[in-house]
Amino acid sequence: MTSRKLELLVGFFVALAIAALLLLALKVANTGVAGSDQSYQLLAKFENIGGLKARSPVKVGGVVVGRVASIQLDPESFQPVVTLDINSSYSNFPETSSLAILTSGLLGEQYIGLQPGFVDENVEILKNGDYIEDTKSAIVLEELIGQFLFNRGNQ
Amino acid sequence: MLNQIQQLGANTLGTLQGLGRATLMLFGALWGRPRPLKNWHLYLKQIYVVGVLSLLIILVSGLFIGMVLALQGYTVLAKFGAEQMLGPLVALSLLRELGPVVTALLFAGRAGSALTAEIGLMKATEQLSSMEMMAVDPLRRVIAPRFWAGVISMPLLALIFNAVGILGGHLVGVDWLGVDAGGYWSAMQANVDFQQDVVNGVIKSIVFAFVVTVIALHKGFDAVPTSEGISQATTQTVVTASLAVLGFDFVLTAVMFGG
Amino acid sequence: MDKPLVDIQHLTFRRGDRVIYDDMSMQFQRGKVTAIMGPSGIGKTTLLRLIGGQLKPDSGQILFEGADIPTLSRQDLYQARKKMSMLFQSGALFTEMSVFDNVAFPIREHTRLPEAIIRTMVLMKLEAVGLRGARDLMPAELSGGMARRAALARAIALDPQLIMYDEPFAGQDPISMGVIVRLIRSLNDALGLTSIVVSHDVAEVMSIADYVYVVAERRVIGHGSPEQLRQHESPLVQQFLQGQADGPVPFHFKAADYATELMELSR
Repeated sequence: MTSRKLELLVGFFVALAIAALLLLALKVANTGVAGSDQSYQLLAKFENIGGLKARSPVKVGGVVVGRVASIQLDPESFQPVVTLDINSSYSNFPETSSLAILTSGLLGEQYIGLQPGFVDENVEILKNGDYIEDTKSAIVLEELIGQFLFNRGNQ
Repeated sequence: MLNQIQQLGANTLGTLQGLGRATLMLFGALWGRPRPLKNWHLYLKQIYVVGVLSLLIILVSGLFIGMVLALQGYTVLAKFGAEQMLGPLVALSLLRELGPVVTALLFAGRAGSALTAEIGLMKATEQLSSMEMMAVDPLRRVIAPRFWAGVISMPLLALIFNAVGILGGHLVGVDWLGVDAGGYWSAMQANVDFQQDVVNGVIKSIVFAFVVTVIALHKGFDAVPTSEGISQATTQTVVTASLAVLGFDFVLTAVMFGG
Repeated sequence: MDKPLVDIQHLTFRRGDRVIYDDMSMQFQRGKVTAIMGPSGIGKTTLLRLIGGQLKPDSGQILFEGADIPTLSRQDLYQARKKMSMLFQSGALFTEMSVFDNVAFPIREHTRLPEAIIRTMVLMKLEAVGLRGARDLMPAELSGGMARRAALARAIALDPQLIMYDEPFAGQDPISMGVIVRLIRSLNDALGLTSIVVSHDVAEVMSIADYVYVVAERRVIGHGSPEQLRQHESPLVQQFLQGQADGPVPFHFKAADYATELMELSR
């Protein structure tokens, strides 16, 4: 085996591996919303978060604008507090915006839908660390069924 | 009863001694001033032997495992109307588990056994001994390049295995079973995290590479220098390395994804 | 007589419980061919490995140019090994390299000479053993005798002071045997080497050795020049030199009484 052929084959091997890594990094994996310098955090309290998990997407009209950074329980009100990492390029949501926990499909994963609110002079733009007050909890199937039966009973 | 306990003790001592000798071997091979510049050609040659020559089996296995995953996954997911989750299923199975583990098992069978046999034979034909008498340390000259070649090659092979497997899944899922191509990739992107899944998989395969290569080199270096001894050592390499990979896989999975 | 190149003093070596050498002393003079003879299985190869520092004795000194090999640091041992070389029974050529690269191996490892000089050196060494034409063959393509000659060329590649031959005549046809006998003698005289030949081929050894040690039963049982040995009074030495089947070294391996063992079976 000549030295040149050996080098060529090893070079080809390494190049193939790099191509594989690039495919995995760019096409397969979600490099996500990168570090904190490119995103800002918003907080929101919910009654019930259902099946929401860290890293669930935050969508505006179906477009992913951020992800759930963490979920904690407020020690006083016993309400879940959700921290959202929002991409800095979407930095102009008004404080009248509302959040809802939605489900994609019947069995799909849960995500947060952000509904931007109206803007006028008295309304400020949400900044890092602000709370979104208007939240709608996740729909829990059991509660829904219970409500339905209760309504039927009243009729 | 007493005999069995004695046997157990003897086995334990034997294993510990083997571990000790393997550590000494590795230490001797890697300690001190490395000279990869002078011997870079040796390293290249070994990467060719253990890496490039394993490429074909990795490509074929990766493709088929990806295709089987898609086929099996599709029938189950279709029952729940969740075909769009096929991409994440294939990608996550490969990246987290099958890629590193199957590559390591194939590597142990393909390259590990060859390493053991080669070094055992070099020992049996006194090549290692004569090298030592020529004032050339066989640990540095023979073991070290093979060690680094193994540790470098296997993660690269695992990456290639993953990529080919995901393409194989695409082939079956999208081109054959009719899952939406955009959905295949986007659902994958939504659920695969580079840090959590890709990097952890690579870390796994680096650990496996270390384990398999050290076992293969040690079994060869420690082989009884007869044809029977070498054949035993080769078998032991495949068995021990495979079991070690599965054991380490459990521990690593528990640490990485369990908590 | 000046100081010997290798001087073994009161060497004791055990392998497990078995004593291989018990308080043995030997001297190897510079520029001479010294042979060590003895029946198989007495650890003649072991002795060469002890001199090369691959094994450590339980007690005693092995002096090479005045330095005690077993006590040398790793680095000093490797320096000392550059001055000696060993021809293994199998030749031990590196199977993945050609004959040329095998001979060039020690030169490339230990020097930074340009490739043109290495080529000249290798061709000279190969010419000395008569294998210049076989330089591009792989070791697998060589006959046993040629492999041993190629290994010899490799062993003298760096012009060592000491060369140790491990059973150089074993398993050779008469012609290659004659070639190797001539090579050992001529290399020794031409290059001013000191040679140690370990063998049990009496005729060949007696024809080339300047001095002979006969080793059996863990010690030296006789030594001297070939002429002196032929006159040696020890029956053990005589049995070995003349190749008698039975004598002080018994034909039978140590065993229980023959008649008793046979009777045991019939009972």
